[in-house]
Amino acid sequence: MRPKRVTFRHRWLPYALIAPQIVITIVFFLWPASQAIYQSVLRQDAFGLRTEFVGMANFERLFSDPLYLESFWTTIAFSALVASLSMGIALILAVMADRVIRTATAYRTLLIWPYAVAPAVAGVLWWFLFNPTIGIAAYAMDALGYDWNHYVKGSDAMALIVIASAWRQVSYNFLFFLAGLQAIPRSLTEAAAIDSAGPLRRFWTIQLPLLSPTVFFLIVVNVVYAFFETFGVVHATTSGGPGQATNILVYKVWRDAFEGLNLGSSAAQSVILMVIVIALTAIQFRYIERRVEY
Amino acid sequence: MSNISIQSVRKVYPGGVEAIPGLSLEIEAGELCVLVGPSGCGKSTLLRMVAGLEELTEGEIHIAGRKVNNLEPAERDISMVFQNYALYPHMSVRQNMSYGLKNRGQKKDEITRRVAEAARILGLTDYLDRKPRQLSGGQRQRVAMGRAIVREPAAFLFDEPLSNLDAKLRVKTRVEIRDLQQRLATTAIYVTHDQQEAMTLADRLVVMNAGHIEQVGTPMEIYARPASLFVAEFIGSPPMNVIPAAAAPDLAGIANADADLRIGVRPEALRLVENGPLKLTVRVIERLGSTSNIHGVLPDGKTELIASIPGDSVPAPGETVAFEVDTMDLHFFDKQGKRVAT
Ligand SMILES: Nc1ncnc2c1ncn2[C@@H]1O[C@H](COP(=O)(O)OP(=O)(O)OP(=O)(O)O)[C@@H](O)[C@H]1O
Ligand SMILES: [Mg+2]
Repeated sequence: MRPKRVTFRHRWLPYALIAPQIVITIVFFLWPASQAIYQSVLRQDAFGLRTEFVGMANFERLFSDPLYLESFWTTIAFSALVASLSMGIALILAVMADRVIRTATAYRTLLIWPYAVAPAVAGVLWWFLFNPTIGIAAYAMDALGYDWNHYVKGSDAMALIVIASAWRQVSYNFLFFLAGLQAIPRSLTEAAAIDSAGPLRRFWTIQLPLLSPTVFFLIVVNVVYAFFETFGVVHATTSGGPGQATNILVYKVWRDAFEGLNLGSSAAQSVILMVIVIALTAIQFRYIERRVEY
Repeated sequence: MSNISIQSVRKVYPGGVEAIPGLSLEIEAGELCVLVGPSGCGKSTLLRMVAGLEELTEGEIHIAGRKVNNLEPAERDISMVFQNYALYPHMSVRQNMSYGLKNRGQKKDEITRRVAEAARILGLTDYLDRKPRQLSGGQRQRVAMGRAIVREPAAFLFDEPLSNLDAKLRVKTRVEIRDLQQRLATTAIYVTHDQQEAMTLADRLVVMNAGHIEQVGTPMEIYARPASLFVAEFIGSPPMNVIPAAAAPDLAGIANADADLRIGVRPEALRLVENGPLKLTVRVIERLGSTSNIHGVLPDGKTELIASIPGDSVPAPGETVAFEVDTMDLHFFDKQGKRVAT
């Protein structure tokens, strides 16, 4: 098949049509990104009076800073937990839904609603639920003999931001898993049923392997989400605490800049984050280009 | 070898579609029974109920004397070949064939032996380590067959297994399937909407229409004595001519025939003669090599007729020619389309 080509009569029309997107990209991405790179090689004094060029010093200091490395590990643990929790729940729900829903229906679209909830709002929601004094979830756990307090216990705080962040991703993952499961021809599972494979065995040996492209895609999406889009959740619930327990990289960028007033270090941290997101996106694109390889 | 007994089975799909209003059928052990009928007549539904992939609304199905209504597909000792083959795309040919055996807890060397044997029979030995996507359509079809035969089941179920192959391969493969089924002497139900495939394969042919059975019999019985107009027009290619008695008053010498009576004549039963009871104005000639099909209309101007005659000495379009037919080659059908005894 030949690629479709649209011909415009006016030469400037195509440029005019993509101009808004270009402007948005320049104003909200390219300009701040270049600023961050520029700032990351500078050092400002506390009053912003003097700025000097320091080369890679900001980066060198970061990688010898135990707090930064700790934040790195926290973030990795956090994103692994968010990805596995949200994908695990979504997969279970999708498998159950797949057995009932035979055809694509419009109401599936409704299932994505939680995704439209802003991270900060989701954070507040869970903050209320788990608030040690007024939260109903904290109350329930108290009744079960668990003394929930995410202000004091680092593990509780981590659990809280993991749950709050994962909750929002479940619907998104669910839709992809369901679409992936429905794309597997029903005759395959039927053939497996005739081949004496029970539902669980069918899942592990037929459905999951065929779903692996979706799984991979969602791992990348969820890790990117956990790395970069969870600022609102952390800010609304734990503010990185107690101590450093939930101080993930994106949050640390903000904290170091606006609370620590260390703009150079903060800029260096955001450059590192930028490199990570570029790397993840590149992996994903390469994989998607190569398509499904069984 | 085992027989399959389908007793007063009814199927209503959720949503209210009554695919099969009530149907009974006995399939003898070792026989290849072909279900044939137009699209949507319920062939797949019936087959899937035998396989256990679809629940029965009413009735009973017995395989080898055992009631299987409430058994899982795996417990019914059947294997099925799907129209799209349903090969597991992430497994090699070997894994595809051994999957069912492994799930049944067969011993490893027994699995190896059976897979090797099936691969040898089907000429797949060189392809055992390939993935399905690395095979041609015909090879995939044979892998699907292989997966069915390694299990050594009580019955094979085929749902249009050849419809994704090109015409030539279809003819070759159906001979192979027939040969294989006879050698293994396994009971088989074979679904197709291709009447030619049905005729050549079947020990017994079941012609279905709108969820019920129109006629059951050997292919030749059905060809020679179709029980209804539906069967008459469905079986045979080109299809049987149907002539209202009024359009051919000289035919069969029925003087005061019932106005609703319809006469069926197979195209190959018509003989080109100097002077005969059927006068045809020729419209189109189809040359098929050994025979030619003559399409034309009767003198009433609306009844179309096809005659199949040997050789290539055929009339030209626009000519009017005459045909005769033996009385014993005429079939009569009443208003409801039922065969009328003569
Ligand atoms: N899952 C289903 N839900 C509701 N109705 C169905 C379902 N499957 C089939 N039907 C209906 O049941 C009838 C019989 O379908 P079936 O698939 O058995 O036909 P078929 O004879 O196999 O046709 P084909 O030759 O096209 O495969 C059809 O009217 C069809 O629309
Ligand atoms: Mg069908």
